[in-house]
Amino acid sequence: MANKPNLKIKDLHVAIDEKEILKGVNLEINGGEIHAIMGPNGTGKSTLASALMGHPRYEVSKGEALLDQADLLDMDVDERARAGLFLAMQYPSEVSGVTNSDFLRSAINAKRDEGNEISLMKFIREMDKKMELLEMDEKFATRYLNEGFSGGEKKRNEILQLMMLNPRIAILDEIDSGLDIDALKVVAAGVNAMRGDEFGALIITHYQRLLNYIKPDFVHVFMQGRIVKSGGPELAERLEAEGYDWVKEELGIEDETVGQQG
Amino acid sequence: MNMVNQTSMDDKRVTQYAQSRQEPKWLLEKRLDALSQIEELALPQLEKTNINNWNFTKFDAFKEEEAITALQELPSEFSAFVFDQETANVVVQKNASSVFQQFDPQIADKGVIFSDLHTALREHEELVKSYMMSSKMKRDEHKLAAIHQALFNGGVFLYVPKNVELTIPFQSLFYGQGKDAAILPYIMIVTEENARVEFIANFVADKSDEVAMHNGMIDVFVGSNANVRVSTMNNLNQTAVDVLYRRSYVGRDGQLEWITSELSDGRIISDNTTHLVEDGGTVNVKAVILGAGETRSNITTNIRHWGKHTNSDIHARSVMKDAATNILNSITKIEKDASKSDGQQTGKVLMLNPKARGDANPILLIDENDVTAGHAASVGRVDPLQMYYLMSRGVSKEQAEKLIIYGFLDAVISDIPSEALQKRIHEVIEGKFQS
Ligand SMILES: Nc1ncnc2c1ncn2[C@@H]1O[C@H](COP(=O)(O)OP(=O)(O)OP(=O)(O)O)[C@@H](O)[C@H]1O
Ligand SMILES: [Mg+2]
Repeated sequence: MANKPNLKIKDLHVAIDEKEILKGVNLEINGGEIHAIMGPNGTGKSTLASALMGHPRYEVSKGEALLDQADLLDMDVDERARAGLFLAMQYPSEVSGVTNSDFLRSAINAKRDEGNEISLMKFIREMDKKMELLEMDEKFATRYLNEGFSGGEKKRNEILQLMMLNPRIAILDEIDSGLDIDALKVVAAGVNAMRGDEFGALIITHYQRLLNYIKPDFVHVFMQGRIVKSGGPELAERLEAEGYDWVKEELGIEDETVGQQG
Repeated sequence: MNMVNQTSMDDKRVTQYAQSRQEPKWLLEKRLDALSQIEELALPQLEKTNINNWNFTKFDAFKEEEAITALQELPSEFSAFVFDQETANVVVQKNASSVFQQFDPQIADKGVIFSDLHTALREHEELVKSYMMSSKMKRDEHKLAAIHQALFNGGVFLYVPKNVELTIPFQSLFYGQGKDAAILPYIMIVTEENARVEFIANFVADKSDEVAMHNGMIDVFVGSNANVRVSTMNNLNQTAVDVLYRRSYVGRDGQLEWITSELSDGRIISDNTTHLVEDGGTVNVKAVILGAGETRSNITTNIRHWGKHTNSDIHARSVMKDAATNILNSITKIEKDASKSDGQQTGKVLMLNPKARGDANPILLIDENDVTAGHAASVGRVDPLQMYYLMSRGVSKEQAEKLIIYGFLDAVISDIPSEALQKRIHEVIEGKFQS
């Protein structure tokens, strides 16, 4: 029987520098499900992703986030990752002097017990396979982590990490931005290869296009620091065609951003 | 004053030691002359480091030790510093005694001399003397130089004649053991025209030991068109004061490379001065510094361009953790008439903890117009966003920190040509992260 992951977010409030940005997010993601979040700029989408991962600057002021019933918010960043959470970041850091493959191997081994580390041979085999699928040149294995990578190369590298680390729940923050159409297909193929009952994903995007390649089960609209509307894939199509005005009108929202005042 | 230090700083004991090693009379005279000056000479002037309370005098310079017959007899923490042990050309000194040496006779047949300093003095007195006399380390320069001259307790002499190119590195290991022990080696490396050689020196003590002192001196003479690489690895215990003065002279079109690893846990004075005395000489310095605990270090690289078309490059990277402090000085001086010369410097310090301190001081002094020079210096802390990124993949805080540090130092370490040495440096660094 599949061991389905479950991420439950309840009434999450998050502040940065004392300014409240998330104002009550509720969301549940199960294994086998792909959720998409769409929403105008500055409405708090990345904030949600960062807060769940444990970004040092974000402070949770209220609410809960549980991964497989365990309190995520009580864990350090690395513990969250080892519990099965993954975030493909909108702006991944560059780390000089640390090769991509050394880093990935450390990350894989971090999840394993001492004495049970992945063998170098097996690691190289897996990495080769995944890099091939993502159409990444093998030289990226020995390049320093994201250093000097183009925007698109960074995104691809995030997906490589996703595939190598095999998380239970993945959040992909604008994984499609800056990708050309071929790269988009490749990255989508990578994510689709992960699909299954033991994997759930939250995809943050501005473009319906990505969702043509990664079919979501649920689509949520984000405004004013929370989910204001949810639906199926058809919602994404309508947003793409008509923009956000109709949603604002329907809900009586004038300023969709998180605003100056909490 | 200083009652305790009289154990070593005493005419009788110095004379006794020199005689036990059958040192020539002129050398004993140099020792006694230096000894008489110690008291009145001042400590060296170090940029931004107060060394007045450091212990430079209380130690026993003449602890005698038994020779060993094989490297395997060394405690493993020390033998680990010697690689390719079967075939290694190596000199091992423990405290005041040279305890082991091994030298391929086929290399000796080429006219190469490699032995502990005292053996060389007995077998090649005139040769050793001529270079000792031309050493540019003035013995009345400061108190520490005089102490070394008076009390040096061993060392190595390496001589490579004209046109002899050697590919296997020469190794040496100087280790202190026991309370108040001291190593004061005098290392001389001499290469003639077109020679090529690599030399590695390790100055070490067990980290739980109470060795008091390393006061070492390395003279390097690079002949014209000769190619010399010298690596030093300092890894002494917390209670030790670790002093190493290096003085090099590079002849016409000669090439010198320094790889220095400053990994000691106590108090460190490291001075690396190279004179590019003739046209076309080159020196490259790569320095790795890691401070932990309460380590205080003053690391100075000093390059003097005298000849035309001379090139120098200093690349130093320093990591300070806990409450360690590092002053990192790079001084490049291009003299008048040293035209078409180029001097470059990079000095970077990474601080891991709020109490760690670092200071990079790049200094370019240029008295000639027709030259190029540049420097880059930075002092910074670990980027919390990098930490967040690495940890978000599941690696622990400690592991993430380690990756960042290794990455930072890699710019220097990956340039080290010997894999064995790279590995050794990594192992020592690794050790600093195990509490
Ligand atoms: N470090 C910060 N300091 C100050 N304000 C911040 C910081 N990070 C985020 N904010 C603010 O929080 C709000 C939400 O930002 P967030 O990045 O979550 O938006 P987003 O929905 O992901 O936007 P985009 O679609 O442009 O990526 C914005 O107004 C932003 O300026
Ligand atoms: Mg965003």
